[in-house]
Amino acid sequence: MSKTIKVDYLARVEGEGALYIRIKDDRVTQVQLKIFEPPRFFEAFLQGRKFTEAPDITARICGICPVAYQMSSVHAMEQLLGLKVEGPLRELRRLIYCGEWIESHGLHVYMLHAPDFLGYADALQMARDYPEVVKRGLKLKQIGNELVALVGGREVHPINVRVGGFYSVPRKKDLVPMVEKLKWARDAALETVRWVGTFDFPPVEPEYEFVSLRHPQEYPFNEGRLVSNKGLDIAVDDFENHFEEEHVPYTTALHSVIKARGAYYVGPMARYNNNFDLLPSGVQAAAQEAGLTSFCRNPFQSIIVRSVEILYACEESLRIIDQYEQPDRPYLEAEPRAGVGHGISEAPRGSLYHRYRIDDQGVIQEAKIVPPTSQNQKTVESDLYQVAVQNLHLPEDQLTWLCEQAIRNYDPCISCSVHFLKLHLERH
Amino acid sequence: MKRRPKLAVWKFASCDGCQLSLLDCEDELLALTERIEIAYFMEASRATVRGPYDLSLVEGSITTPYDIKRIQKIRRSSKFLVAIGACATAGGIQALRNFTEVEKYLPLVYARPEYIHTLEKSSPIAAQVPVDFELRGCPINKIQLLELISAFLQGRRPNIHPYSVCWECKMRGNICVMVAHGIPCLGPVTHAGCGALCPTYQRGCYGCFGPKETPNPASLSARLRALGVPEDDLVRLYRTFNAEAEPFRQESAAHE
Repeated sequence: MSKTIKVDYLARVEGEGALYIRIKDDRVTQVQLKIFEPPRFFEAFLQGRKFTEAPDITARICGICPVAYQMSSVHAMEQLLGLKVEGPLRELRRLIYCGEWIESHGLHVYMLHAPDFLGYADALQMARDYPEVVKRGLKLKQIGNELVALVGGREVHPINVRVGGFYSVPRKKDLVPMVEKLKWARDAALETVRWVGTFDFPPVEPEYEFVSLRHPQEYPFNEGRLVSNKGLDIAVDDFENHFEEEHVPYTTALHSVIKARGAYYVGPMARYNNNFDLLPSGVQAAAQEAGLTSFCRNPFQSIIVRSVEILYACEESLRIIDQYEQPDRPYLEAEPRAGVGHGISEAPRGSLYHRYRIDDQGVIQEAKIVPPTSQNQKTVESDLYQVAVQNLHLPEDQLTWLCEQAIRNYDPCISCSVHFLKLHLERH
Repeated sequence: MKRRPKLAVWKFASCDGCQLSLLDCEDELLALTERIEIAYFMEASRATVRGPYDLSLVEGSITTPYDIKRIQKIRRSSKFLVAIGACATAGGIQALRNFTEVEKYLPLVYARPEYIHTLEKSSPIAAQVPVDFELRGCPINKIQLLELISAFLQGRRPNIHPYSVCWECKMRGNICVMVAHGIPCLGPVTHAGCGALCPTYQRGCYGCFGPKETPNPASLSARLRALGVPEDDLVRLYRTFNAEAEPFRQESAAHE
């Protein structure tokens, strides 16, 4: 007996994609995560643009994580130009990234993912039964947005980030009003960790290779080496020697693999597992109180990890604002020279790689961008296979929803990966 | 109880940032749903209500043969259709393909270009179907989005001004970055709506909101040239997120 279950357009993810699962004689025979988002060709039209334009242009790849694109691009360019952005400018970059993590994780935890665990189609329906919870989520997300807008000018596609620093920097007194809000957000984040810790998690614990940045002193945003729990430890420049992209027919996103080993996992869970020791003790304690250990392999528990990262981002923001002193200059001068630069930063959804080659006039000759969602695509497919196999007994609508939830574990950003979702479950 | 009007949010080639602006209305979102039924919004909900829809917000540009058919169907099922953001109103950053041959792009991004179906040009929604209103910006401004929805609910025209960024800059009391500091700025020819953000942050406007009504980019280009902006930078300046908007398209071509 064979069968097909279908969902044509996966909801509560950013962008357009579908899933296709084929079941024959109670065996899962095929799993395809299809991305039908039309391609936009960023790497192609970056050719011929000035190196200074990369942060503004690549931000437009994703409206949910534009800061990530801006950060990976400016770090790649600065590596190329031999610029080292330090002190308060470096701290401001971490601060704007904290804002993006709070905003993006807040959106995903409360509006996109929690409704799955509680059985609602969306957060607005959830708000009828849990009005105070949804309001808390919205306010948390709003504070993240305010932080991005304060440093970057606006929440979507900030205008203030440039190669070498910022166009203008805030005065200390501009940042101070955020302190009370961030203290509220820190408490709300702690309540969020406790709340999501009470959800039911399907027992799935695959053997992943978790890949993320690791920095010797701090939980990573913009700097460090790329490491994994299976021995990977490389400089950012070495990325393409260890990873490659495959083009498969059913998707407009490219699949990434670690050479010789295959699928891997990027995102909050990878960062958490590779950097648990670098989290402040209070944040570690909150994670443990919510049922995590220092290493988490259940992809459904990523909602706890995301909440833990919101808590971290609130604490880190408060630290940065407390220690901030306005720098003398908003940016370092960036004079073009020919060369190649690489940058990886930790987008809310995972490591985001950029490489640029520019000429001596500063004109981009070649660009390569590897977003987190395309790196996770193969891993999402293997999760789906496992979830489908374990739950073949479920009624069709429940199995379909569970598979959707398994995809949303990754907070996939399809707009990013196209350079991605619909759901077809097929039982034969 | 009176029936709440049905709102649908549609996506084409885009970054999701403009529809995200609706979810970014954190203070207003729950109140909004008391007045309007969010009937179709895939980024926010797996529940969908069948059309027809009273108000359709369309994000993104048309870049595939399939999407031409899809927008026509959406038009047929929508009473009011509003294009939101630079992709939907001007083809977006992906319209940079319109200035070259897209066949050249495919192999640069995809190892197996034969898997990709795409149109030669990225076009705004209005090039395919009649559009009732265009909300500008890359991204749109969420206050303007709320004004648009309020105006729709009250049956009036949205109070959104087509004048230039310079107006907003003066109202903010900024010192002109071009006059005072010689920083190239597209403010004089760019549609208002951002609140003159860039000049407020000490950088020149880079034209996210596209051309204002009756712009004079040739005159601005003369001034920019006098400031020492080379011709190829002028081309780049007009050719970003609203490259396919007619006044910007023409002016960029004049400097090629």
